[in-house]
Amino acid sequence: MTNDAQGTAAEIVSDGPSVREMVVNVGPSHPSTHGVCRIITHLDGEVVTEADLVIGYLHRGIEKIAENRTYLQVVPLTDRLDYVGSMYNNWAYSRAVEKLMGITVPERAEYLRVITCELQRVASHMMAVGSAGNDAGATSFFVLAFWIREQVVDLLARLSGSRLTYNYVRPGGVSFDIPEDGWVEDLRALCKKTPAALEELDRLFFGNVIAKDRTKGIGVLSAEDAIAAGVTGPSLRASGVDFDLRRDEPYSVYDRFSFDVVVGESGDSFERSRCRLLECYESLRIIEQALDQMEPGRTTAPSIPRLIAPPAGEVYERIESARGTLGVYLVSDGSVRPWRMKVRSPAFTNLSVVGTLAVGHTISDLVIIVGSFDPVFGEVDR
Amino acid sequence: MAIIDDLGQTLEKMPGGSVILTSFDALLDWSRGHSLWSQPMGTACCAMELIASSFSKFDLDRHGTFPRADPRSVDVMVVAGTISRKMAPAVLRVWEQMAEPRWCIAMGNCTVSGGIFHYDTYAVMPGVDSFLPVDVYIAGCPPRPEALQDAILQLRDKIRNESVAGGRTYEHKLLLPTSSPRVAIEDRGESA
Amino acid sequence: MKAEDLSERLLKEFPDLASSFSIDKGEAVVTVSSDVVHDTIERLKGFGFNQFEMVTAVDRGENLEVVYILHSLGMKVVIWVRTFVPRDAAWVASMVDLYTAADWLEREVYDLFGIEFRGHPDLRRIMMPFDFEGSPLRKDYVDENIIPRPDYI
Repeated sequence: MTNDAQGTAAEIVSDGPSVREMVVNVGPSHPSTHGVCRIITHLDGEVVTEADLVIGYLHRGIEKIAENRTYLQVVPLTDRLDYVGSMYNNWAYSRAVEKLMGITVPERAEYLRVITCELQRVASHMMAVGSAGNDAGATSFFVLAFWIREQVVDLLARLSGSRLTYNYVRPGGVSFDIPEDGWVEDLRALCKKTPAALEELDRLFFGNVIAKDRTKGIGVLSAEDAIAAGVTGPSLRASGVDFDLRRDEPYSVYDRFSFDVVVGESGDSFERSRCRLLECYESLRIIEQALDQMEPGRTTAPSIPRLIAPPAGEVYERIESARGTLGVYLVSDGSVRPWRMKVRSPAFTNLSVVGTLAVGHTISDLVIIVGSFDPVFGEVDR
Repeated sequence: MAIIDDLGQTLEKMPGGSVILTSFDALLDWSRGHSLWSQPMGTACCAMELIASSFSKFDLDRHGTFPRADPRSVDVMVVAGTISRKMAPAVLRVWEQMAEPRWCIAMGNCTVSGGIFHYDTYAVMPGVDSFLPVDVYIAGCPPRPEALQDAILQLRDKIRNESVAGGRTYEHKLLLPTSSPRVAIEDRGESA
Repeated sequence: MKAEDLSERLLKEFPDLASSFSIDKGEAVVTVSSDVVHDTIERLKGFGFNQFEMVTAVDRGENLEVVYILHSLGMKVVIWVRTFVPRDAAWVASMVDLYTAADWLEREVYDLFGIEFRGHPDLRRIMMPFDFEGSPLRKDYVDENIIPRPDYI
């Protein structure tokens, strides 16, 4: 909304008594900040000239608590990091412990991890896309996206017993095998019918001319800036960088599936949200392949002691979560408790570019930019 | 609310005024209890269930509870999620902006006691009731959306007993579950 | 790329890193002293490590260990850069001039470990309130707000 020919608001009314920038405080309790983020915005009229993000309102000291828990007691803590995608945190942490211990996970457990995590990706992306639409004013779109999420969450609840904090992926494998009540058939049915629902969502929001006007060209992040700022995941791919850990540095059994990596072009808010929606199709493809390839067998590695005491050392394990590269850096001193756990959170680094991106946009676009990065503050603040 | 408060005090002193007061209370409590607009103070994991409870599958709207992120037009604050020491002043500030009468629901273990983050941390408030008057507690990490619906219904029952005259409450015995857990335990002790 | 291939290519380019280079559990690790860490990371960036994945610290008693993890999108490999700083005079050079990602990550380490990043343009607390005192993730941190957990194991 800046119009150089007309000058800034301060210049236009400069004959008035001391016209200054206005400072508007957004948050920390604000419906459009997707949690507890405070943004101190300096406004010239309606245009943001400076946005300072103040985070830490959900800092719970999980890294400190983990130092006083045994290795298995840390798993429920990791659930609460990225609460929209709990499975990823379980998985990244479990991989780090397994690497420290030198445990090989049974193949069936790896497949179950892939299936649950890809389901989680659909659930997480539906939340992200829906709330990004909600920020642009499309509340009915959010309700529809949430309905898909609910169906996925129901399946995960039948598998793990919980709707949100699953504690399902554990060091050495997974906690339960698939229930015998037709879970697989229901999952296959979901994989079959969800693409049509996703298509409807695509038409409803991303084909809508109002939504396009509202989100296209807002918060453009170039590929160079994205790489330098450490942005990962769908937000990086929307800027045109073709990188996905699942394909490029395959972990677990991801090298056995064929799937496409969704890459955007423009790197604006529209592209970031749409990349997430299109990734859901690929996740469903992976789930179907995994269900076909999976064979009966053990779901936990044999002879895992109840009190894990890995040999001293450091590991860093990373997986592709719904938000980007999720890494867990784990230091063991040989005792039953971790000496230090550090979570490399993708949402934290992704969010750090918002302050610079918002400059030059109106304050109503600011919430769209924040929403398009899909921050989850449990993970940002830890 | 000052007018209604004064009205209650005045009516109670008038001869025969308590008859009017009772009818007035019944009307007011009924209307208050059936349109509890909520301030969604969602900070962490429980916020996801808070969103889910007002969406397609659970639909909290049918109880007259509508999330509205504006402290000045809401009746009940649903504190959902861990409250850190940095966040607590902000929560208190939103609470102070809400108009009387106001109620508070503590949703999830973190708001009840700090939950999983009670021990060993330097950053989390051990329970939201250390700085807010909480009316209904919901346990669970996170509680299911049905639990939040139940909390709204329990709060409605609590409101039913309130009076505009200060210090006066009603006992609607038939409307509330009568057997409290403590009574049950004592009974068992006597028989054994 | 495997760490072994990386070590071959990296040591061909920078033979002087040979003494500080090691491979630990399949990860390439460079351990340098704290005054040359900025220089080392600058060279690694020129070599192709274009993503600053994270920086963190570990309390090692006498010293604090600072760990940088860099990632290369082209070579598809990570490398660790480790350095040690004394506990009571903990400072390293800031990497913000090389990677913008270092901005918030270094602020977090400054906040929770009290390590000063010299040259950082905006070194404020990020997780804790601005008026907070102390470095909570150091092992010797004491706080009367902490409720110690009963030792069940």
